[in-house]
Amino acid sequence: MTTDSSGDVRLTGIGKTYDNGFTAVQPMDLTVPQGSFFALLGASGCGKTTTLRMIAGLEEPTTGTVHLGDQDVTHLPPYKRPVNTVFQSYALFPHLDIFENVAFGLRRRGIKSVKKQVEDMLELVQLGEQARKKPHQLSGGQQQRVAVARALINHPKVLLLDEPLGALDLKLRRQMQLELKRIQTEVGITFVHVTHDQEEAMTMADTVAVMNAGRVEQLGSPADLYENPNTTFVANFLGTSNLIEAEVDTKSGDDIILKAGGGKLVLPEARCSAPATTGGKVLVGVRPEKISLTHADDAGSIPEGRNRITGKVADASFIGVSTQYVIDSAVCPEFAVYVQNIERDGRLVPGADVVLHWSPAHTFGLDAAQDIDAGTEEEAA
Amino acid sequence: MPFVNWLKKNLVVIAGLLTLGYLLLPNVIVTVFSFNKPKGRFNYEWQQFSLDAWKQPCGVADMCGSLSISLRIAALATIGATVLGTMIAFALVRYRFRARGAVNSLIFLPMAMPEVVMAASLLTLFLNMGAQLGFYTILIAHIMFCLSFVVTAVKARVMSMDPRLEEAARDLYAGPVQTFVRVTLPIAAPGIAAGALLSFALSFDDFIITNFNAGSTVTFPMFVWGSAQRGTPVQINVIGTAMFLVAVLFVLASMLINNRRNRQKA
Amino acid sequence: MATLTEAPPPLAPAPEKKPARKRGRFTPYWLLLPGILWLIIFFALPMIYQASTSVQTGSLEEGYKVTWHFATYWDALSEYWPQFLRSVFYAAAATVLCLLLGYPLAYLIAFRAGRWRNLIMILVIAPFFTSFLIRTLAWKTILADNGPVVHVLNSLHILSLTDFLGWTAGDRVLATPLAVVCGLTYNFLPFMILPLYTSLERIDGRLHEAAGDLYAKPWTTFRKVTFPLSMPGVVSGTLLTFIPAAGDYVNAELLGSTDTRMIGNVIQTQFLRILDYPTAAALSFILMAAILAMVTIYIRRSGTEDLV
Repeated sequence: MTTDSSGDVRLTGIGKTYDNGFTAVQPMDLTVPQGSFFALLGASGCGKTTTLRMIAGLEEPTTGTVHLGDQDVTHLPPYKRPVNTVFQSYALFPHLDIFENVAFGLRRRGIKSVKKQVEDMLELVQLGEQARKKPHQLSGGQQQRVAVARALINHPKVLLLDEPLGALDLKLRRQMQLELKRIQTEVGITFVHVTHDQEEAMTMADTVAVMNAGRVEQLGSPADLYENPNTTFVANFLGTSNLIEAEVDTKSGDDIILKAGGGKLVLPEARCSAPATTGGKVLVGVRPEKISLTHADDAGSIPEGRNRITGKVADASFIGVSTQYVIDSAVCPEFAVYVQNIERDGRLVPGADVVLHWSPAHTFGLDAAQDIDAGTEEEAA
Repeated sequence: MPFVNWLKKNLVVIAGLLTLGYLLLPNVIVTVFSFNKPKGRFNYEWQQFSLDAWKQPCGVADMCGSLSISLRIAALATIGATVLGTMIAFALVRYRFRARGAVNSLIFLPMAMPEVVMAASLLTLFLNMGAQLGFYTILIAHIMFCLSFVVTAVKARVMSMDPRLEEAARDLYAGPVQTFVRVTLPIAAPGIAAGALLSFALSFDDFIITNFNAGSTVTFPMFVWGSAQRGTPVQINVIGTAMFLVAVLFVLASMLINNRRNRQKA
Repeated sequence: MATLTEAPPPLAPAPEKKPARKRGRFTPYWLLLPGILWLIIFFALPMIYQASTSVQTGSLEEGYKVTWHFATYWDALSEYWPQFLRSVFYAAAATVLCLLLGYPLAYLIAFRAGRWRNLIMILVIAPFFTSFLIRTLAWKTILADNGPVVHVLNSLHILSLTDFLGWTAGDRVLATPLAVVCGLTYNFLPFMILPLYTSLERIDGRLHEAAGDLYAKPWTTFRKVTFPLSMPGVVSGTLLTFIPAAGDYVNAELLGSTDTRMIGNVIQTQFLRILDYPTAAALSFILMAAILAMVTIYIRRSGTEDLV
């Protein structure tokens, strides 16, 4: 056993089907390398929490194995696994004070002198003053830090976090995201973090696995997932994407030329995750902030070589740092465009004719056989 | 018409307080008549003030003996019913098993059965078995009818308990026994305590079932029943008043302590 | 930070062969066994014994034998039907009175008591700690023939009205149906108040405001919002009052006369004084069957299945 891989989490062919026949997790392989901050991201019911609970030992997999480093822990009960969990809504013991909550794990392993360790740990999470209070006397943020301290004091090989920030308000959540990231860097333990908040996953994790319907849809660094989504679910669930159905016209060098609504679009072949045969369909995607908006009167000033689409402003909302436009175009009735408020063009009001244009390098291509709305909020509701 | 308006607004309060008066009136009478010095054998009419009974609470033959029998039975019945009932409650909430519906009915039926029916049928059983009626038959009967109340009280508490707390304990290296002792039991404690308290009160005050199955053993309620026929000593009122006061003081004290503790911590 | 980067403590080396959950397959049965056995032996089995006793014939001296003598049931019913009817009437009257008296108090505790809530709660429960027999005897003093209650009722000519209705007799309250119903109501009132309070307390106070906001007058609010939402409490409260009241014999014995004997009195006398076990068992069995039937119908009709 090398120290480098002792904190690896290796899931091999792991799957979970409940007695009632519901399959929460389809058999899958997943490796979380030692020391990484790994996020399982998905909507509720996608299997991310079940996956986490199988690592913790709270749920037994129907198929497959769980390895921590070289040790097979598949059939170990949770109290024999070197893994600790920060539970959703914390699960702090209401009858014990903060000190005893944090000392719980140490005491169960028969460690006698816990005082120094617990005090150090409470200092780390800035709760030294609160040691003798009961959990219900603390604020949500403080309870969250107790939950982290209670798990970390056991030096687990892996720390599991189940929606740890879900109960906090937005401002506190941002603060705790940075705090958790700091702690992870400091202790160097593998963190596996389950969340439905894509911004949270991208802020905190080195690697994100996007899960949907019991499967991992795509795995990669946050920037990679955002820039190169492989499925419509990832494209829509992580941020917003404009997806246009297009037909493959020709190929020219490294680029694919597509026809959409009478116009032509250029897509680098390397950024297309679907097979592109002439005459076949693909979904062309572009993120709203990559698009520039020019009034139709100035269409001549747009440089050559950019993808362009004409349309009409349907709606404009001023957000502060940016303005979000909805453009009605022939290829897509609700094209989202985010424009930074550097120099605002006063002519871009609802009803104005505009040209949307963006660099072909920011275009991605997806398999047209998928549901174009997968992962959007409309679908979730 | 401000008065009519006031009356309309507070009608429910007035009605509620009248009901409260109805509930408390007998206790007032019991207390007042504990200072009576009755002429005859019965203590139903006010004669004159006297502290005699308070000075000699055990001055009546057999009364304090019956009190101690009642207290002993109540204590043992409470322990028995609480242990057995808590086990059943945990099984019902925490596990899936066959015959769950039958078990639930068996718990519910004793609470939906008139006491006299249980009393009579239990007596038939004891007579058929040739059991010696007395302390132990009373105890058996009391554990039987207290059980369901404990199950109900504990079940409610365990059901409202977050299952993640036990998962957290297991995650933090507590094995099954440790999890139960360190987490489950302390959190279920208020429900268990409520069930135990109820058992004690029910057992101590039970008359009908006891009357059928006591043989020649005399519990405190049976002593009171007998005295209603033979003559009611004032000491009965002394005991009744004292228990009422002890109960109220006990509750008030625990409330005050709780309040102070909460204020200190907040 | 040093404490955090130390090597993790050694943990169990070899994985267990058996999954943890399988071990607990028999746990529920072990947990259930003692308590359920207790209930089977001392609750269910006696019912069977009683059923068998009710169809036996014989005498105390020669012993009893099962002869499937169902005539006992017929004889018992034809002889004691007035006591059965009386029990149902008295218990029903006490239940209605408990609901009428108990609802305002439960409402008061739930919504209007404010800082007095706990105190009133204690005052409702505390009388329990004085033996109910002692408290029932106190009613003998309260309703005494020359006491203030009878005096007031008499001077208001209420007693002549109740005499006329057959509730009282001869200008006295003691030893009349009124006294028995009054005692039953008093004894089982807390069993009505507590479930009522529990279900009222669960009602969100904002619902009252919402109803008021939607043009409901206070009485309409009560009829259309509060009362329907408190139905679970009403159902369990009426059951908890009616069932014990129907089987009670203490109030009839202490506050009533030979004309107010209820079925409980008959069963008690047959069992403990006359020692006619088959008749007593038959009566008890009929009472049980009647109550179970009524409870079942009542629960079905009120649509509240989850009473326990």
